[in-house]
Amino acid sequence: MTEDAPALAVDARVDRDGFTAVAAFEARAGRPLALVGPNGAGKSTLVAAIAGLIPLTTGTVRVGGLTLSAGPHGVAPELRRVGVVFQDFLLFEHLTVHDNVAFAARMRGATRADARAAASPWLERFELDPLAARHPAGLSGGQRQRVALARALASDPAVLLLDEPLAALDAETRDGVREDLTGHLRDFDRPVVLVTHDADDVRALADDVVVLQSGRVTQRGTPEQLRARPATPYVARLLGR
Amino acid sequence: MRDHGPVRSRIPSIAALGLVALAGCSTPAPPPPAPPGFLEGTVTVFAAASLTEVFDSLEPTFETAYPGVDLVLDYGGSSGLAAQIIEGAPADVFAAADEATMQTVVDAGHALEPEIFTANRLELVVPAGNPGGVTGLADLADPDLAIALCDAAVPCGAAAQALLAAAGITARPDTLEQDVKAVLTKVELGEADAGLVYRTDVVAAGGAVEGIEVPEAADIVNRYPIAIVSGTPNGTGAHAWVEYVLSDTGRQALAAAGFVTP
Amino acid sequence: MSRGRLSPVVAVVAAIGLAFLLLPLAGLLVRAPWSELPGMLAGGPVLEALGLSLTTALCATGVCLVLGVPLAMLLVRSAAWAAVPRRLLRAVITVPLVLPPVIGGIALLLLLGRRGILGQFLAQAGFGIPYTSGAVVIAQAFVAMPFLVFAVEGALGSSDRRSEAAAATLGASRWQVFRFVTVPLVGPGIAAGAVLCFTRALGEFGATITFAGSLPGVTRTLPIASYLAMQTDPGEAIAIALVLLVVSVAVLLLMRDRWMPGVRS
Repeated sequence: MTEDAPALAVDARVDRDGFTAVAAFEARAGRPLALVGPNGAGKSTLVAAIAGLIPLTTGTVRVGGLTLSAGPHGVAPELRRVGVVFQDFLLFEHLTVHDNVAFAARMRGATRADARAAASPWLERFELDPLAARHPAGLSGGQRQRVALARALASDPAVLLLDEPLAALDAETRDGVREDLTGHLRDFDRPVVLVTHDADDVRALADDVVVLQSGRVTQRGTPEQLRARPATPYVARLLGR
Repeated sequence: MRDHGPVRSRIPSIAALGLVALAGCSTPAPPPPAPPGFLEGTVTVFAAASLTEVFDSLEPTFETAYPGVDLVLDYGGSSGLAAQIIEGAPADVFAAADEATMQTVVDAGHALEPEIFTANRLELVVPAGNPGGVTGLADLADPDLAIALCDAAVPCGAAAQALLAAAGITARPDTLEQDVKAVLTKVELGEADAGLVYRTDVVAAGGAVEGIEVPEAADIVNRYPIAIVSGTPNGTGAHAWVEYVLSDTGRQALAAAGFVTP
Repeated sequence: MSRGRLSPVVAVVAAIGLAFLLLPLAGLLVRAPWSELPGMLAGGPVLEALGLSLTTALCATGVCLVLGVPLAMLLVRSAAWAAVPRRLLRAVITVPLVLPPVIGGIALLLLLGRRGILGQFLAQAGFGIPYTSGAVVIAQAFVAMPFLVFAVEGALGSSDRRSEAAAATLGASRWQVFRFVTVPLVGPGIAAGAVLCFTRALGEFGATITFAGSLPGVTRTLPIASYLAMQTDPGEAIAIALVLLVVSVAVLLLMRDRWMPGVRS
């Protein structure tokens, strides 16, 4: 389904805790979209809404012809096939690395042994096999990030959302992990939304950019377009000249 | 502080006084007041719980007769009270519900010359209306009835055991309670169709239960001894209370509450 | 909690507190009739009561787990409610803690007794509850429930609820989230609550004797046997109390560490 993977189309308003985020964008397969903006711009709220964890106030979230959310109604999160890598990863601390990655298969009814077998290629691909029997508690930030990404991809999502996937890492490991992530996203080849406020992430990972400030979209385009003609001081500061 | 008893009643029991009047006895006339200064101080009485109503009813007239005396009544299970006295609890008088318990106190050197002052006998008790159709002791062997007895470890249970043995009846109890009031509660609530309790408990329970006299119980009575605790600092006060309980006034109050002459 | 040194004042007061808890137990140990102990405990009645106590307390713990864990979840959820229903719910769950157990037993009788609001229909249908071992379990569960609910509530409140959301994005249904994420995460808390609940059920006396009665082998649990022994032979009562104490301490020591968070490999 490489060529005709359906796009993610968001046209929604979300109200939460007295804060409103309004955004319309389309993330197409093979063109990772970066949702950028300062802290508190509403990026994580939108991610949670796309994943079905909080309801929309109005609008829709669609993947191809399939409507996932329409206003406050929608498909349950477990049936959406929207994978998420959370900012602090939210690994299952009570499970081993292997069982974290095997979790989605297990939820689909596989036995523990079958689920683990299905997870093994993912462990290999993310070079996690030496850590398979460990619990997340002892892992480094970069290792945890790899487990989170492997866990999400192993669930065979139709859409992948990454909420600040590199923010929790220290500067030294971040560049290496970002490089790996570039490769994994290229292989994934379905719609990807990447939340970040780091210019390096945008340059390395994104083909499209949507800028969210105070709950509103202030600019959209390719990284080059934004750098060439920043619409707000924030964009200018972020992407530089 | 002399705060040690399990149950303490300093409130003159109006209800108990009413009971005495209702039972047809004229309220006992108090003895003439003693000369001032003759008796004073506190007299602490440890008494079996079954004596609560009677002793409460005697307290006001006693204190009127001896204005200088403050009577403190502590009620509880006889064996518990005996254990407290042996451990050194500051009681002046001990009134027990059975002779064996009193004997433990005497043996430990804590009581002098106990005197039998009254007796109690067992009676069948059934809930008001007698839903189980109980007529006599033999019904205690009916497996279809819910039967509550005292455990043999406590005096009412020992008495019940002796009574049943003498009558040649093998009871089928559903529960063996820790004291006589617990048996009464089960019957009052209708959780038991019949139980064996003391006659005084049936009288005290009023209309919630009915008593059925057990002829076989006439021979098996629980005799209540009373004694002055040795080493009491208020020997005269203690003696006055014992005398008062043994007086006609005391006897009438005991009879009204369902006690029998020993 | 800070790991700093304890101030001397706190240490002294803590030592007094510890002594306050330990010295009565020491009294029990000093007075125990050690030489006659084996004979007393080997006797049928004590073993029978011990067996009944262990069985009923285990069943009561099971009942509390089944009913108490969802109740704890509701309690956590109630944080978002209006003040009145929220406090009411908490008060209701606290009732067995404040109610004298004997009154709890009376309340159970008024509901489930042979003439109780529900009990009369059960009795007509042939399911008399009082005087059965089942009644012992009910009385114990009633009294021990708050211990479980509050322990589980604490565990639920402190666990990271967002990993449940993460599980949902990985395809876990509500039930699967509960089974594979919530329960394992709060498992240590649930286990700690279950242990507390079990030991409370094991020591239950007032509600049991009032609601269930006291018949050897059926409803006479260890605490009741100990109380009755007190009437005739205080030595035997102390011996039985020691058995209760040893069982409770053993359960607490054996299970607690194993379930403490962080001790797991």
